[in-house]
Amino acid sequence: MPIKSYVAFPRKGEKEQLIKVLENTKHCEVLPATNKEVLVLVTDTKDDQQEEALQQILDSIEEIEHLNLVSGFSEKIT
Amino acid sequence: MMNRRNFLKKAAAASAMAAAATMIPGILFASDQIDKKLSGDINWTKGPCRFCGVGCGVLIGTQKGKAVAVKGDPNCSVNKGLLCVKGYHQIMCTSSADRLTKPLVKKNGKYVETSMEEALDLVASKMKETIEKHGKDSVAMYTSGQSTIPEGYVASKFMKGAIGTNNLDCNARLCMASAVTGFLTTFGADEPMGCYEDIEHANVFVLWGNNMAEMHPVLFSRMLDNRLNRKNVKIIDLATRTTRTSKAADKSILFKPQSDLAIANAICYELINNGWVNNSFVEKHIAFNKGKTNIGYGLEDKFKFKDKATPIDFDQYKSFLEDYRPDKVEAITGVSAKDIKYLASLYGDPNLKVVSFWCMGMNQHTRGTWINNLVYNIHLLTGKISQPGNGPFSLTGQPSACGTAREVGTFTHKLPKGVVMNKKHRELAAKIWKVPYERIPDKPTYHATEMFRAVDRGDIKFIWTQVTNPLVSLPKTSRYRPAMQKDSCFVVVSDVFPTPTSDVADVILPAAWHVEKSGLYGNSERRTQYWDKMVEAPGEAMPDAWMTIEIARRMGYGDLFPYSKENHHEEIYNEYRQFHAGKKHNMAPLEVLKKQSGVIWPYIEETGKSTQWRFNSKYDPACNQDKDFDFYGKPDGKAVIWQRPYEPAPEIPDNEYPFWLNTGRVIEHWHTGSMTRRIPVLHQAVPNAYVELHPDDAKQMGIRNKQKVKVISRRGTTILPASINERGLPTKGQVFVPFFDESMMINDVTLDAFCPISKEPDYKKCAVRIEKV
Ligand code: SF4
Repeated sequence: MPIKSYVAFPRKGEKEQLIKVLENTKHCEVLPATNKEVLVLVTDTKDDQQEEALQQILDSIEEIEHLNLVSGFSEKIT
Repeated sequence: MMNRRNFLKKAAAASAMAAAATMIPGILFASDQIDKKLSGDINWTKGPCRFCGVGCGVLIGTQKGKAVAVKGDPNCSVNKGLLCVKGYHQIMCTSSADRLTKPLVKKNGKYVETSMEEALDLVASKMKETIEKHGKDSVAMYTSGQSTIPEGYVASKFMKGAIGTNNLDCNARLCMASAVTGFLTTFGADEPMGCYEDIEHANVFVLWGNNMAEMHPVLFSRMLDNRLNRKNVKIIDLATRTTRTSKAADKSILFKPQSDLAIANAICYELINNGWVNNSFVEKHIAFNKGKTNIGYGLEDKFKFKDKATPIDFDQYKSFLEDYRPDKVEAITGVSAKDIKYLASLYGDPNLKVVSFWCMGMNQHTRGTWINNLVYNIHLLTGKISQPGNGPFSLTGQPSACGTAREVGTFTHKLPKGVVMNKKHRELAAKIWKVPYERIPDKPTYHATEMFRAVDRGDIKFIWTQVTNPLVSLPKTSRYRPAMQKDSCFVVVSDVFPTPTSDVADVILPAAWHVEKSGLYGNSERRTQYWDKMVEAPGEAMPDAWMTIEIARRMGYGDLFPYSKENHHEEIYNEYRQFHAGKKHNMAPLEVLKKQSGVIWPYIEETGKSTQWRFNSKYDPACNQDKDFDFYGKPDGKAVIWQRPYEPAPEIPDNEYPFWLNTGRVIEHWHTGSMTRRIPVLHQAVPNAYVELHPDDAKQMGIRNKQKVKVISRRGTTILPASINERGLPTKGQVFVPFFDESMMINDVTLDAFCPISKEPDYKKCAVRIEKV
C-alpha cells in the first residue's frame, strides 16, 4: 500500500555500490543525482507487512549513511 | 500507461528531488530519469504553477481526460525545470472528495443542490433587486490575485463599466497594496524594474523580512545555486525571526518589529556620511519629497487619509537623516551600529552589485508604503537600480497579484489603465468598454478591510467573492465572520472547495480549477503566462469569468459582454491588451504567449523580445534615448527619494499582552490551505498550525513542545500546539503562527490596522498573551 520517497545519503565513496544494492532490492527504484553523492529512493510496497520487511532491509544496508523521508502516500490505491 | 499508482510514485520521486534541491544547492538529476521509469502515454501541456508569485512554468501531464502528472517546464526561464513541493503536487487537490461540483443555495438554513441556470438567475435577480432598492453602491465584488487576467478584467468591466460602482476590491490588497503605492510614489509606475535574471548577476542579496526559502523556494534555490557557482556572492537575511532562510544565509541580522524604517534610514545616513552616494546619478535622476507624518493606523471605520508631497532638497534630507545615525537607532532597532554600517558598506561598494528582495514583511506593515520608499532610497542614492544584478525587487505572493490585481486593476481606485480619479483614464476605459464615460464613478469606495466593515455596518447588502477565502485571510476575522453571517447581506461565494467563507454563503457557485479553464497569469517579474484548458471541470463547475459574464447578461448588460463561451478568455485578453498599447506597458500578443513560457512586458514589437530592465535606455526602448536612465513614470523623468520617519506600530506589547504576534506561511501550504490541505502529502507534512515560541519564553512559562496553549489578543483567542526549536525561532518576546489552518484561526486574533496610504493590513505585529490550556 505505501509509496514513499527518500533522499538517501550514501557512506563516503559508496554511492555506486549503494545504487547497485538498491537496484537489486525489491520494491525500490533509485534516481541518483548526477553531480552529488546523493540519491532519491522511491519505495512501493503492497501492504504494511511488506513495508515493515522492506524497512528492516533498508536498516541493514551498510552503504546508507542516512535516509531522509520526504513523502509518503498511504491512502488506498485503486 | 500511467495509472494512479505510477503517478503517485512520480509525485513522490519529484518531491524527494525538490527536497534534495533545497538541501543541496546545485544538485542535478538526469532530467529524463523519472520519465523513463514512470511515464507512459502522456500529453504534456505548459502553463504557470497555480500557487505562488514566483510563477514557475509547469508541464501538466494529461491522460484520458485527467491530469495525472506535473513536472517543471525546462523551457521556462523562471525555474528551468525545477518546482517546489507544492508545485509538484498541485493537481492532486482537484480529486478531493468534497470538491464543489453543483451550485448550492441556502434554504431554511440548509444547502440545497440546484442547477447552474437557477443559481445564476437567483444571483442576478438578487443583485439587481439590491441595486434597485439600495443603490449601486450597496453591492460589491471581492476578487483575487489568483483570478486569471480575463476573470479580473470582466469583474472590473462589470462593476465599474456596467453597473457603475467602484465597489470592487481584491485580496491582493492584503499582500501587495503597499508595494503598489511604494512604486507609484517613488517611480510613478507599478512593478519591479528588473527581472529574475538579476539573481545571476548580483553579488549581494539583502532579504528584508523575506523568508524566501519557504515563500519563494525556487528563486531561493536559484540564489543558492548562484552562490555556489560564483565567487563573491553573499546572502544577508534581515528579519524579525530566525527561519530556514536565516540558516542558509551568510549573515542573519535580527531587528525589532517595525524598526526596518529606522534601519533603512540609518543605511542612507551611512551612505551619505561615507561619501558612497552616486552623485551624478542623484543629480540627473532624483527629486526629493517629504510627506505627512503621524498618519494614523486606520483602526476606526471610515478612516480617511490623503498624503501630500512637499518637495525638499538634498540638504534638508541629509539633516533629517541626522536622527538615524546607526548608534542612535540601536535602541529602536536592536541592531548594532556595526551591523548597520556593514549593510551600508555592501550597498555603498561600487564594485558590488546588490539586489534587495522583500515581500510580506515590508508590505503587511502599517507603514508599508514608507518602508518600500525607504528601500528604494538606498538603491537610488547609490544608483544601483535598473541594471543586471542591481535593483530593489518587490516579490509578490500570489500567482497573478501583478498580472490581474495590479495590471488589470481589480482595486476600488483602479482601472485597467490608471485610476478612477483621472478623467483621461476614465475616458479611455469608457471608450474601450463602450459605456458612457459618466457611468464610471470618479471616487474610490471601499478597500478590502473597509469593504467588510461596510458589510458589518449593513452598508453593503450584497457581496460576491471569487477565488478567495476572506473569512480565513482577513485580519480580525472575529469581527468579519459574524458580519458576513448577518441577514443584512446576501453572500455569494464562487470557489473550487468549501471554505469557512462558503460556509456563510447564501449561494455557492462551483468554480473550475486552474487547468480546467484557459487563462493568463502575471508573475513578480512582469511575466505574462498563458495556458490552455487541459481537462474538463467536474459537474457544473465553470470558469469564474464565465460566471461573471452570465450574471452580467442576466442583468441586462449583454451588449457589453459579447464573448463566446469557448473562446472568451482570448477575446477578453485581446480587448484588454488595448489598454496597455504603447511602449511603456505593451503586452505580448496571444499568439506569442501561446508559444512561449511567458513574456515580460513591455513587449518590444520590433524585436519580439521582453524588456528585462525598465528605465535603463540600454535595455528599455520606452526610455528617452538621450538619457542613460529615464524614470518615465514621473512627468520629469525623475524618481523620488522620500523623507519618511520611523513611527511605532499601533499596538505594542505591554504588561497585559506581553508578546508580539507575527503571522505568515509555511512552504507546504498555499495561503488559507483550501487547496494544499486537500493534498495528502502536503497535509501530512504539516497537518495543523502551531505557535512558535522562543525556548526561554517557553521555559519561563513552563510550556513544553506540542503542549496546547492559548494565543489571546484584545480581538480574540485561538488554541494551538506550541512549537519550540522546530522550524522557525522567534526572538524572545515574540511568537509566530502560520495562517493556513482554518481550524486554528489566528486571524481571529490579529489586528485590522493598515497602512493609511496603501490600506494594506499589518499581519506581522500586534500584542498577545500566551496561556497554558
Ligand atoms: S515556487 Fe511557487 S510557483 Fe514555483 S513551484 Fe513552488 S509554489 Fe509553484
